[in-house]
Amino acid sequence: MKKDIILAGVGGQGILTIATVLGAAALNRGWNLKQAEVHGMSQRGGDVQSHLRLSDQIIFSDLIPYGKADMILSVEPMEALRHLPYLAPDGWIISNSTPFKNIPDYPDEEQLYAEIQKIPNNILIDADSIAKSVKSPRSMNIVMLGAAIKYLEFTPAELEEAIKMIFNRKGERIVEENLRALNAGINA
Amino acid sequence: MEKMMLLGDEAVAQGALDAGISGFYGYPGTPSTEIIEYAQQSKQAEEMKVHRVWSSNEKTALEAALGMSFSGKRALVTMKHVGLNVAADPFMNSACTGAHGGLIVAVADDPSMHSSQNEQDSRFYGKFAMIPVLEPSNQQECYDMAFFGFELSEKYHIPVLLRLTTRLAHSRSGVIRKNPVPQNELKLPEDLYQFLLLPAIARKRYKHLLELQADFLKEAEQSPYNQLTLEAKDYSMGIITTGLAYNYLRENFIDQPIPYPVLKISHYPLPEKAIHQLYDKCDSLLVLEEGMPVAEDILKGLAWTGTKPIYGRLDGTIERDGELNPNKVARALGLPDTEGKPVPAVVRPRPPALCVGCPHSDSFLALNEALKDYGKGHVFSDIGCYTLGFMPPYNAINSCVDMGASITMAKGAADAGLYPSIGVIGDSTFFHSGLTGLMDCVYENANVVIVILDNSTTAMTGGQEYTGYGKIEDVCKGIGVNLDHIRVFKPLKTNWDEMVRIYQEEISYNGVSVVIPRRECIQTLRKKNKMETPE
Repeated sequence: MKKDIILAGVGGQGILTIATVLGAAALNRGWNLKQAEVHGMSQRGGDVQSHLRLSDQIIFSDLIPYGKADMILSVEPMEALRHLPYLAPDGWIISNSTPFKNIPDYPDEEQLYAEIQKIPNNILIDADSIAKSVKSPRSMNIVMLGAAIKYLEFTPAELEEAIKMIFNRKGERIVEENLRALNAGINA
Repeated sequence: MEKMMLLGDEAVAQGALDAGISGFYGYPGTPSTEIIEYAQQSKQAEEMKVHRVWSSNEKTALEAALGMSFSGKRALVTMKHVGLNVAADPFMNSACTGAHGGLIVAVADDPSMHSSQNEQDSRFYGKFAMIPVLEPSNQQECYDMAFFGFELSEKYHIPVLLRLTTRLAHSRSGVIRKNPVPQNELKLPEDLYQFLLLPAIARKRYKHLLELQADFLKEAEQSPYNQLTLEAKDYSMGIITTGLAYNYLRENFIDQPIPYPVLKISHYPLPEKAIHQLYDKCDSLLVLEEGMPVAEDILKGLAWTGTKPIYGRLDGTIERDGELNPNKVARALGLPDTEGKPVPAVVRPRPPALCVGCPHSDSFLALNEALKDYGKGHVFSDIGCYTLGFMPPYNAINSCVDMGASITMAKGAADAGLYPSIGVIGDSTFFHSGLTGLMDCVYENANVVIVILDNSTTAMTGGQEYTGYGKIEDVCKGIGVNLDHIRVFKPLKTNWDEMVRIYQEEISYNGVSVVIPRRECIQTLRKKNKMETPE
């Protein structure tokens, strides 16, 4: 089995943390992983993406081929759409609805939502509000991860385990914040 | 041993540590920066007392690594592809001096120019210098080739070029470690004049380098990293892959064996025998390379080729520019291409931009104001975050060529009569390659204003330290810039009038002015604050 995921957002929104947590869950299964990241100039407020490939088989390409991604998981609605050429016909688009507006010509959100909803398998949630409502305002990214795991066929227990592993060194409070965010995302 | 999840860059660093390295040298540059950053954060490196401090530039880094090699210890020098241009002088000559302790020159190329001003291919430099080149195809090979590279280097007393590209340097995967080997002892070369390239010695050294070519070829022919799979179903085409291109080929035949014979190359010079075997057996060849058509070009020049078609980047089978991907390889193989839905028209570009609160933002807006009566076309800039001063709303700069070129281009334009002529350079870039240009300006009292944007870090690559920190005014004074025309201000909206006035005063001064807007990078400041306030 394999899962090819395009993670999308704007530099600084925490998509690499999603990759790290999901990657840890895959490794705990004994799966293989490849994760192509964006570093350098593009990080400066520009659009960023990461190709995350998880598989119980050997993985060759660091990049997901166009039209083959099982999921676009985006922490920002316009960035969810930027990577549509990668999405497989039966793939999922799972996006945060809160826009990140750092350009003068940012489009009308409703138009973005309408485009996202044109994809048969779509989930659009307000992850920023959900994160705040469970008192984990900094864990919007983990809310998004929670919303995605069912469609990636990972169990909540696997992700809880991964979150404990990854955030353990940052202290109990951060672990709890992220666990709350994860569960809020799962139930969203 | 347990698998470590490492970026290609990190795998090189971990491999070098386990292979008993004594010194990393380099200057930050995407996509190579994480090699030294990894070593800087490594406990193992600390325990081994490995050198891992940034150098002033790639040239000083390579020379220092050569000095460590002279002393019998293993050294690795790292840079991005354009950094090798800066270090080209010691690089070319190090092929003649050879190495003593193992010496790896790890260069990361950036095809598609994700974060660069060109997409040159460092394998050309390897061929130019006539030294062995290793080009890993995955993270495990990044790790293993550190061992292999040091051994090869010490076997022939020759520097080895390790070529990475963005998608490998910045992609993470599982790496299995080997047992660490101890560091070399301090030991002088047997021939104490090996590194003394006086013509009489250099001629001998060059002859020796020429003699070694047969050995380098033999090593490549027998290398575990070059694999010929001649057995296949279909001989209408033979495929040659270099570096990570192999992965994209395999991706296209994920559930089935590749029907064509394949030669996977990761160790140069090109293994000619294997290529000849493949050529004889097949009706045509397809060459898949990340970067420029280096192997393809050499192949087409071999005496025994010419009767059968060779497909690749040169004949347009694959686009000449840009990085490879699985889809480009699919099209080259004549396989059906895949594509999802197009990007909806409502999606707008979101280019990188100066951060909110960035000091450069204020520095540029005030400079624009000071220059508004002179029209556009007066500002030469350089390599760094501030190159984003090109973007609206600033539209503040007119050039970006190479590290240091802002100052010297401003001088040349002033020599030609352009007034005002402004050079805008960052603090780290100034100490990398700006100093000597400023000396040219002072020597001739050129009518230039040099703006040194001081955000106290090497910001674009993620906030690395640099050698000249805190020394800008002293250095400018020492070089001979008139003290009255070294002006410092804090770039903030509240200081608007002062900033504009200082720029204007220095523009009207006929001679060399240095203006230093000084305020810490908002990103490094944020990082520091985070560390100070417990979560």
